[in-house]
Amino acid sequence: MILDSKIPAGPLEEKWTKHKFNSKLVNPANKRKYDVIVVGTGLAGASAAASLAELGYNVKAFCFQDSPRRAHSIAAQGGINAAKNYQNDGDSIFRLFYDTIKGGDYRSREANVYRLAQVSVNIIDQCVAQGVPFAREYGGLLANRSFGGAQVSRTFYARGQTGQQLLLGAYSALSRQVANGKVKLFPRTEMMDLVMVDGHARGIVTRNLITGAVETHAAHAVLLCTGGYGNVFFLSTNAMGSNVTAAWRAHKKGALFANPCFTQIHPTCIPVSGDHQSKLTLMSESLRNDGRVWVPKTVETAEKLRKKQIKPADIKEDDRDYFLERKYPSFGNLVPRDVASRNAKYVCDEGRGVNETGEAVFLDFRDAIARDSEDTIRARYGNLFDMYQQITGENPYKTPMMIYPAVHYTMGGLWVDYNLMTNIPGLYALGEANFSDHGANRLGASALMQGLADGYFVVPYTIGDYLAQTPPKKVDESHPAFAEAVDKVKGGINQLLNIKGSKTVDHFHKRLGKIMWNECGMARTAEGLKEAKKAIKALKKEFWSDVKVLGENEELNQSLEKANRVADFIELGELMIDDALNRNESCGGHFREEYQTPEGEALRDDENYAYVAAWKFMGEDQEEELVKEPLEFENVKLTQRSYK
Amino acid sequence: MSWVTKTLSSTLGRKLIMALTGLFLILFLTGHVSGNLLLFKGDGGEAFNIYAKFMTTNPAVKLLSYVTYISVIGHVIYSIILTQVNKSSRPVGYATSNASKSSSAASRNMGILGTIILIFLVIHMQSFWYQMHWGEVPFVTYEGEQYKDLFSIVTFAFQNELMVAGYVVAMAFLSFHLSHGFASAFQTLGLNHKKYTPAIEVLGRIYSILVPILFASMPIYIYFTSQS
Amino acid sequence: MKLTLKIWRQKNASDKGGFATYPVDGISTDMSFLEMLDVLNEELTEKGEDPVHFDHDCREGICGMCSLYINGNPHGPLQTTTCQLHMRSFSDGETITIEPWRAKAFPVVKDLVVNRSAFDRIIQAGGYVSVNTGGVPDANEIPIPKTIADEAFDAATCIGCGACVAACKNASAMLFTSAKISQLALLPQGKVERKTRAEKMIAQMDSEGFGACTNTGACAAECPKGISLTNIARMNREYFSAVVSSDNM
Repeated sequence: MILDSKIPAGPLEEKWTKHKFNSKLVNPANKRKYDVIVVGTGLAGASAAASLAELGYNVKAFCFQDSPRRAHSIAAQGGINAAKNYQNDGDSIFRLFYDTIKGGDYRSREANVYRLAQVSVNIIDQCVAQGVPFAREYGGLLANRSFGGAQVSRTFYARGQTGQQLLLGAYSALSRQVANGKVKLFPRTEMMDLVMVDGHARGIVTRNLITGAVETHAAHAVLLCTGGYGNVFFLSTNAMGSNVTAAWRAHKKGALFANPCFTQIHPTCIPVSGDHQSKLTLMSESLRNDGRVWVPKTVETAEKLRKKQIKPADIKEDDRDYFLERKYPSFGNLVPRDVASRNAKYVCDEGRGVNETGEAVFLDFRDAIARDSEDTIRARYGNLFDMYQQITGENPYKTPMMIYPAVHYTMGGLWVDYNLMTNIPGLYALGEANFSDHGANRLGASALMQGLADGYFVVPYTIGDYLAQTPPKKVDESHPAFAEAVDKVKGGINQLLNIKGSKTVDHFHKRLGKIMWNECGMARTAEGLKEAKKAIKALKKEFWSDVKVLGENEELNQSLEKANRVADFIELGELMIDDALNRNESCGGHFREEYQTPEGEALRDDENYAYVAAWKFMGEDQEEELVKEPLEFENVKLTQRSYK
Repeated sequence: MSWVTKTLSSTLGRKLIMALTGLFLILFLTGHVSGNLLLFKGDGGEAFNIYAKFMTTNPAVKLLSYVTYISVIGHVIYSIILTQVNKSSRPVGYATSNASKSSSAASRNMGILGTIILIFLVIHMQSFWYQMHWGEVPFVTYEGEQYKDLFSIVTFAFQNELMVAGYVVAMAFLSFHLSHGFASAFQTLGLNHKKYTPAIEVLGRIYSILVPILFASMPIYIYFTSQS
Repeated sequence: MKLTLKIWRQKNASDKGGFATYPVDGISTDMSFLEMLDVLNEELTEKGEDPVHFDHDCREGICGMCSLYINGNPHGPLQTTTCQLHMRSFSDGETITIEPWRAKAFPVVKDLVVNRSAFDRIIQAGGYVSVNTGGVPDANEIPIPKTIADEAFDAATCIGCGACVAACKNASAMLFTSAKISQLALLPQGKVERKTRAEKMIAQMDSEGFGACTNTGACAAECPKGISLTNIARMNREYFSAVVSSDNM
């Protein structure tokens, strides 16, 4: 199988313009004859559904939440990048492109990333026109900040709630189209399978989460905007309902899954407090601008801390190990996310972790408060400190914060070409659900940018090219493919309900999460991955023979919803391990301990691994087949990162 | 439906009527209480009786009194309509409530307070307003002109301890009603501004205490002064 | 901690429903309220009893999905979302009563889950600026005073959880509706359609069966995002000036 990325020819700067011109157009009168399904209503889904409806297509939008406004894009805090260069500090489209490619450790496509940087400027214009209240300067113009170690201030933000404001903007555009009758909304409806007719995506099977009704929806194209799969780790900063089911079921229908092992770990999360923990909360990375990261120098001191025999303040300066400042004198506490995360893991693995579970390091503001005063620190981080206090019950002005890394974002996803179409004609993947723009590591404030770029400015053009070549005849729902897909979905649900085993769904999810976190998390080894693969295979077997799902299908049944999702997470987990095992190099979020520089940095292997690893489903319990899409770099020079 | 009826049947339109009638009644109370201060004059009711005649015969005052009647009726009718709407918006109530955490008792019980005030109003009007207009009131003559001696009716009425107590209690309810109603009317009209709202709230608090106290002091004053 | 939970159970929309009492033990003060319910649900499932259904998603206080009426207050004793409420706010041995949001416009779906689509329909009635994707002016074309942008932002932080409706003695949706009307009325982009927006959104709000406003202030006092009552005043101004001056008959 050969993957055609359909990257247009010509100079980087002209690719997208030329491509738009060369794309076929659908006659305005014909647009109303085409139906498009959009699954997911986050930034990518809501923006795509609204934009396509504005163009005249008939859109059906689906979300599992009770309202499209609840999609997890809403939780993004930091901001959104755009190469506006409003600050006159040397930003440009090329610089944003370059930073994104480099930040992704050279594992993404140049053409896609360049287009992302190009349309980034339109996103800000669009959002402002919608009434998104971005932060402003006293002169009334938009404010920017530097984010995630970027050397220019290109991040637009709305206090610590940028994702919320952008999502509500897209949701308002979507709502307008619902009122216009161009979008039909299906809240509390979950996609259970993809329907293919003659090799093309032509519809989906859904389950109504209130009534349990399994239904079909036909369309000329299907867009999956279903977000990432961080919940494979059980504990992550994702929402409880975030899941991989739509993407995974499409994968099992033939869509390739690319770079599944590329997951991003965020260093500044509130640590796990016990076995009851259900999710993790992220705190803005900006805390590392003033906080100093440390653990006790010795295991003995750390043990005393864990047993609460001493307080952090009792530990003398000489007995503290500011390990990031020690190892990375020039970047210090501001090293990139993956480096900060990995080092926290190392010190905790040594037994120097500081909370009761031993999995936390201090983020100390004592010196910053002494230097700038408590009021200054409060003005800067007050809301974060309040949030921390609310969750942990500790006052971070008096005692150091505790942080630990947590899974935050998944760069991998369904393989898509330049048009954001998967290898299944008519099936598109947008936003975090695809793999396309962030390579092995995503830069801060770029997730929002990508979701909206895909939905507002890319897919409305590229889908036209496909639909123009598709006859506008209504898709026939009586085609046997629909009935077959329904039967399969119903069969799967009945199977889950009839196992009547002894262990809850969460029990399996937690075990899966532990395996993934320990062996396929911040640092991976071939040996550990092989063990993990065995463990997951066993877990899968156990799940399908011993899971306990109560109730029935024909009702609101949250256990059944979870069971469906966890079943898919288990299979995805195995694929992530395959992918991590295959990639014998370290890059971005993927760190294989066997492949590191003498200083302990990620060691890429550009000669052998400068490719996208796309995986093809070969049948239940079969090993998946690897299909490579080589990556070519014509505009940037590949370099090794260094933060010494 | 025309835009007028449409507006007046919306929740906001109905609230607008409540606020406008409420504010007018507040103005009325101001006038009422200042006129009645003449009771304290100690002139055997001469000034009060002259004032009472003026209030019942002057055409401009007459016009205002009709607006007052309409305001009272409008305030009552719309409060009934709104209460119906509000009740139907929560057909199944809560088993537990801790409403005092987030709102004042007065604000939650405007309907009950209003009903008590309405009952008081009926008794009050029967006792004086009806008497003044259609009842048998003795006449007095000041400087050759005849006046109805409403003052004697008032002093007679407030010889009764129950009557005095009833008035004082009713004024307490009025005070609670006004303590929320005053500022609330401004809020409903959309007159909320960080420069003026605090002043309106203070004014409302003063008004809701001062006016009922002045009113309540009248029967008490009369009760004690005419006994001795 | 040991607690007694008195929880509203209702099989579906047509079921009458009633309270059930569950003891829970071994609750840590570090647990969030929803994690405490997770513990209960794991126990119930193991015993073969139907777990308690409740809405929740992000569990970091921003999606607005969680919606429990705890001991007589929406989202419980603190001014926060249920997911951000922790068990240290309760004391050992306490009985906690948990009910769904109660409003005609928020019918119960199951147990503690209610249907809040009415909010979506209010937004659909006009909670947007009518611009299509593309063809918009540069983001810095219209300067907006910082104070205005900040005020609009404060209104825009509404998470649509419905605590305002749940707290209001009239089950009124004024705070929710006014937050959106305010945000867009403040910004120059939203001013173009302000009259029609106010008229349509309020008509929709009324037709959904929400009550009127008595200005008790409970909504704002319980709002986990601190949306202010000034928004309701602004909405009233918008509405009254719209009805007297718009072209809509």
